[in-house]
Amino acid sequence: MKRRKLEENIFKGMMFIALFLVFAVLAGIILVVTVKGLSSLNLSMIIDTPKGGYYLGKEGGIANAIVGSLYLMAGATFLAFVISLPVALALQKEYLGKRFADFTRLILDILWGTPSIVYGAFGFVVMVFLGLRASLLGGIIVLTLLMIPIMTRAMDETIRLVPFELKEMAYALGTTRMETTFAVVLKQALPGIFTAIILAFGRGIGDAASILFTAGYTDEIPSSLLDPVASLPLAVFFQVGTPVPEVQARAFAAALILLFIVMVINVIARLLGWRFSKNIVR
Amino acid sequence: MSKIKVKQLSVSYGNHEVLKNISLEIPERQIIAVIGPSGCGKTTLLKSMNRLLELNEDVAVSGDIYIDGTSIYHAETDVTCLRKKVGFLPQHPYPLPMSIYENVAFGPRIHGLDIAKTVSAFSKEGGGRKEKKREMDLLVEHYLSLAGLWEEVKDRLHAPAAKLSIGQQQRLALARVLSVEPEIILADEPTSALDPISAKLVETQFKILKQNYTIIFVTHILRQARRLADYIIFLYMGDLVEHELASQFFTEPRDKKTKDYITGEIS
Repeated sequence: MKRRKLEENIFKGMMFIALFLVFAVLAGIILVVTVKGLSSLNLSMIIDTPKGGYYLGKEGGIANAIVGSLYLMAGATFLAFVISLPVALALQKEYLGKRFADFTRLILDILWGTPSIVYGAFGFVVMVFLGLRASLLGGIIVLTLLMIPIMTRAMDETIRLVPFELKEMAYALGTTRMETTFAVVLKQALPGIFTAIILAFGRGIGDAASILFTAGYTDEIPSSLLDPVASLPLAVFFQVGTPVPEVQARAFAAALILLFIVMVINVIARLLGWRFSKNIVR
Repeated sequence: MSKIKVKQLSVSYGNHEVLKNISLEIPERQIIAVIGPSGCGKTTLLKSMNRLLELNEDVAVSGDIYIDGTSIYHAETDVTCLRKKVGFLPQHPYPLPMSIYENVAFGPRIHGLDIAKTVSAFSKEGGGRKEKKREMDLLVEHYLSLAGLWEEVKDRLHAPAAKLSIGQQQRLALARVLSVEPEIILADEPTSALDPISAKLVETQFKILKQNYTIIFVTHILRQARRLADYIIFLYMGDLVEHELASQFFTEPRDKKTKDYITGEIS
């Protein structure tokens, strides 16, 4: 009895330590970014584009990167959603055979694990072949590719959790597969689908490597899809690498803004998920 | 006159044969109980009648079933029409992930039923021109009443159906089944997950509904079969042992297995 109680306590202790580590790391990141970035964070950082020469200057703000990131993510999240949802639905057993579905899942998981620099290099090669230069459009397309595997697989897993009996109920009423899918399956899976979008968004907005060559960087806010575009991850990447302390501080301010955007999007998604989950059958 | 004719029906899951060469006829507008020990193929027989079986993987069906003289396993049978005609009430009532109102309105909407026609058939207000919304309201009220649930939910029609008690959910499932105007209702142990009071409510509705519907229900409770059924189908290990009028079945069983089952020798 004593031994079993000890086991119980050891296990509890391990869980507690792991949980503490997670919180500590998160708090550490927020603390460092805040302490180092807060001094440079002011209104001008948010609403102005860089002034004083090249984008490593100390004057002006990073509105180019904020707006750039939002443009990139709006485009890429939309495109990724439009492609991921049908794929995730096709993976269900109503549509694809189990073997082919499992094979597709394997491919998606491999793509998920592929480093984003590989996506960037791939995108770059294709763009050179097509004679395109680094642009908002290029960035959106590569980010879309980067986001599809994670969004599709997260949607797939949440759709697979819809109880068979629930679908059976719909079919028993004489629904077609599409009616069952849209009226029942997607409604039941809706909160999970929001989560899938957020997971993919999180990967996309924070990624620097995939858009390094494909979206480029600029001090301007792009006025067309074919203009190069700045982004927050690259703003951090370029500025943090300089030896100038003031510019480094601006990198942390950019990181702080990035964190803030991710947080706001997460909260909005949670609220939406909660709003749409009242009819969920548990 | 018989509503359903089952001809040499065999069903297997993979290598496991669940129903073996079943042939029988099912009379119209009666309550038919399918009884037998666990795993004897009761639910399989039920789900073969509206082809819900096909949702499972690895199912093989041979033989055929005729409803009103028409083969349901024919290649040209529209399975959505079949399932509209042959409703299904499950053992565990899953409400659809929508409001109480929408649960009932969903079926008529997808089938594009002529709501105005249905409504004028039962509404006291006559067949005057009313707006669609009002007609759907009446329709929902009608079927919820028919399922014996209206009084309990009329003030919260737009609340999530998932918030209802399980007994209410089962009657909502019944309303949903009725809403697409089936002729046959299949029910798979419809009261087994319910408390005694809810179970009694469902049984009472069945007795009322049999005037207009053919109701086939699976049960492993012999007393329930005795209470409700006009006709009994007794399965044992995938074989059809007897199908008989309930009065005859319980008083003068022909087969020894039936006798043993009724007296509790086998269960």
